[in-house]
Amino acid sequence: MLTQQLLNGITLGATYALIALGYTMVYGIIQLINFAHGEIYMVGAFIGVLMVSVFHQGLLISLCAAMAFCMIMGVAIERVAYRPLRRSTRLAPLISAIGVSIFLQTLMTKIEGPQAVAFPHVINDSLYHMGAIEISKIQLIILVVSSLLMLGLHFIVKYVKIGKAMRAASEDYDTAALMGINVNRVISFTFAIGSALAAAGGVLVGMYFNSVAPLMGVLAGLKAFCAAVLGGIGSIPGAMLGGLFLGVAETLGVAGGFDLYKDAIAFTMLIVVLLFRPTGLLGRPIQRKV
Amino acid sequence: MNMDSIFSMFLNDYYIQVLIMLGIYLIGALGLNLISGVTGQLSFGHAAFLSIGAYTSAILSLRLHLPFPMVLLAGGFMAALWGVLLGYPTLRLTGDYLGIATLGFGEIVRVVFLNLSITGGALGLSGIPRYTTLTLVIVLVVLTVWAMYRLENSRFGRALVAIREDEIAAEAMGVNITTSKITAFAIGTFLAGISGGLYAHLIQYLNPQDFGFQKSFDFLTFVVLGGLGSIPGVILGTTVLTLAPEFLRFVAEYRMMVYGALMVIMMIFRPRGLLGGVKLTRLLSRRKVQNTGTSAAGGAN
Repeated sequence: MLTQQLLNGITLGATYALIALGYTMVYGIIQLINFAHGEIYMVGAFIGVLMVSVFHQGLLISLCAAMAFCMIMGVAIERVAYRPLRRSTRLAPLISAIGVSIFLQTLMTKIEGPQAVAFPHVINDSLYHMGAIEISKIQLIILVVSSLLMLGLHFIVKYVKIGKAMRAASEDYDTAALMGINVNRVISFTFAIGSALAAAGGVLVGMYFNSVAPLMGVLAGLKAFCAAVLGGIGSIPGAMLGGLFLGVAETLGVAGGFDLYKDAIAFTMLIVVLLFRPTGLLGRPIQRKV
Repeated sequence: MNMDSIFSMFLNDYYIQVLIMLGIYLIGALGLNLISGVTGQLSFGHAAFLSIGAYTSAILSLRLHLPFPMVLLAGGFMAALWGVLLGYPTLRLTGDYLGIATLGFGEIVRVVFLNLSITGGALGLSGIPRYTTLTLVIVLVVLTVWAMYRLENSRFGRALVAIREDEIAAEAMGVNITTSKITAFAIGTFLAGISGGLYAHLIQYLNPQDFGFQKSFDFLTFVVLGGLGSIPGVILGTTVLTLAPEFLRFVAEYRMMVYGALMVIMMIFRPRGLLGGVKLTRLLSRRKVQNTGTSAAGGAN
């Protein structure tokens, strides 16, 4: 029973991790909490629905289309709402991000209506039994797709030149610029990748829970953000760990009888972890400059 | 004698309602300005303290039928108590991490109120008596603005500004950082509680969903748009943003979309807020002050 719950938790956690990666990468480079990220995830889910129901595409094509669309959208949002504010106070881009998220939520409510939309039937779900635990085809797809995406991200960040530039920019933005790195390009690239991962998360979650709604990004975004902070914001492995941790904690919490308080579990864990490790599980301590 | 009957001679009920809401938001926003604008501590959970104040005063009114001033103060003190309880451990966290912890606290409070029986759960509380009047709100706003000015120009207020500008330097100059931060947090959350109590006794109905993190961000926007740390800025920002959705009714369905876009545009053109770095007293005394620029720019780093 416990292993079954663990498996469900990991499935949920994998989707949190996908969204959390976008928060953590953006924060790592420009120290901005991108509150519009949850809305990118929501738009991704809707693109998935559109591809399946209107264009009758399979899951893979729909997933890729959602990722591509959100990639462009993420870069565009950064260009319009964050780049002009690069050198202003810390709170200005934050407010701008909130503005973008209100804009996208109401735009989507206008287009799709406020009610949740059912995710169209795209694969035949079946259950596989492995000893005592059973895993559904959808869960398997979520686990495989998100691990592949995270491996891909790891590969880009570790071995590709632009990934190296991302790491340099997150280490020290100004020095990276002085060393000849085109930081604007790096930031656009970071937004592109983060948004693509969030879109994939949106499609997978939409399929898993069979429901997509204009306001779905709010709570999911906050929880994923919690996951990023739990793991240590700015750290890519931290976001993955934080996501899985939260997913498992939430599933176990619900199984343990705290289902009414489901949405508070993530935030309680967050505050408790921050009290003992103020920069998250894998975060580096902040240096106080005197 | 009765000011409210005089108001209702000149204004219709809709205008009075909007003005009262504006006053209620002003009190809450001035509280947040003390925490975020003056002291430089990021707080994303302001709505939680509003809801604590609102529920406390509403429950006291409904169950014990206590007089209004008493329940209002009780709501304020209850919010301040939770402000201190949350502030004590979390104010050690710096900058964004404090913001995140308060964001988490806000969501926890919402979920707890959604599940307690005394708060009516998801159904909310209804039948709260309507005590909030325009006269009372105006008096309280004037009182709050006056108190904030006194506070800002006091020794304690200058200590808070010193903390915002450079925590380590402030500590070296003998400012007790923890006590000052917690006191500022307590005063700010007290005002939030008062604001919540007034809200409860105006709308007469409370629902936990009204105090989500979106509401916290509304308050943050009021303060940042006007100009962090500037009292005239907070008043202007709150007024503009409270009235904007009312004026935008002619675009009815696209109202919130326009509102979101306006937030982005305003930040791009006035990233430090409408009155960022502007001090009314300095404007009035017409002294040329060259470097007011840095004071608000460093806020909440």
